[in-house]
Amino acid sequence: MALNPSCVGKSYPLSRPYPVEPETIRRFAEAVGDPAAVYTDQQAAQALGHPSVPAPPTFPFVVVARALDEVFSYDEIGFDPTYLVHGDQCFEYARSVRVGDRLVTAVSITGAKNLRGKDVLTLRADVADTSGEHVVTLRLTFVSLTAVKGGVGDAASR
Amino acid sequence: MPLRAENVEVGDELPARTVTVTRQGLVRYAGASEDFNPVHWNPRVAREAGLPDVIAHGMLTMAIAARTVTDWAGDPAAVVEYRTRFSRPVVVPDDPAGASVEVGGRVVARLDDGLVRLDLVVTSGGTKVLSDARVTVRLAS
Repeated sequence: MALNPSCVGKSYPLSRPYPVEPETIRRFAEAVGDPAAVYTDQQAAQALGHPSVPAPPTFPFVVVARALDEVFSYDEIGFDPTYLVHGDQCFEYARSVRVGDRLVTAVSITGAKNLRGKDVLTLRADVADTSGEHVVTLRLTFVSLTAVKGGVGDAASR
Repeated sequence: MPLRAENVEVGDELPARTVTVTRQGLVRYAGASEDFNPVHWNPRVAREAGLPDVIAHGMLTMAIAARTVTDWAGDPAAVVEYRTRFSRPVVVPDDPAGASVEVGGRVVARLDDGLVRLDLVVTSGGTKVLSDARVTVRLAS
């Protein structure tokens, strides 16, 4: 598979709304090992001035990953996700994601290049509530690791 | 009570934390985040990709480091920007001890409007796993 540089600049249609529910946030906070009451208790959230329970800061990546699954085709970009790892990640928040949000994500490709033999894909994702309020912008890089010889991702073994 | 900007000085250290990451923890994070990439749970696939063993999700490491900041600031909404590079993987062996992730942080700048910049140091087994891990928080002022 070879990267198709003409994809750089491409924007994808908005994702379907991602409804943020209390259980989604509780489960995520538990999985990242954060027992703070603000992630499960409406009163604790309100005491800090939140209208509803907020999500931990890295939760928006889950929303964006869901949007990528929906709108994205790695084939079209020529990026092999068989052995995908994260290169870097940036979040710029307008506010916290919170219970009751219905989040839509606009994804665009900001870069696609081969660095030291590895394909590197750079994306931007703008997450907004269905009311149009901007919530958070993510910038991220995915790296496609090359399979070791004989692995399922090793083209020579196919 | 959330931290206030006037109570913060450049050079302040955030309380250091050490967090254990086990295979079970990776499965739990995979489920909660719906990230089922096999390099995070299948040793065969991890080795095919040239990794020594299963590795933690970079986003789990980033989340573990975030708690150091949100505990210190007292409010997750204080975080206005958070960025990092995933410089080395956190390799998680299949034993009860798992991997250890050590998180530290320091105040590097106080800006106008309650904004405070932090640098985080995140290591596993003495190796830096996040690099250029930077957070900007907005504290009440």
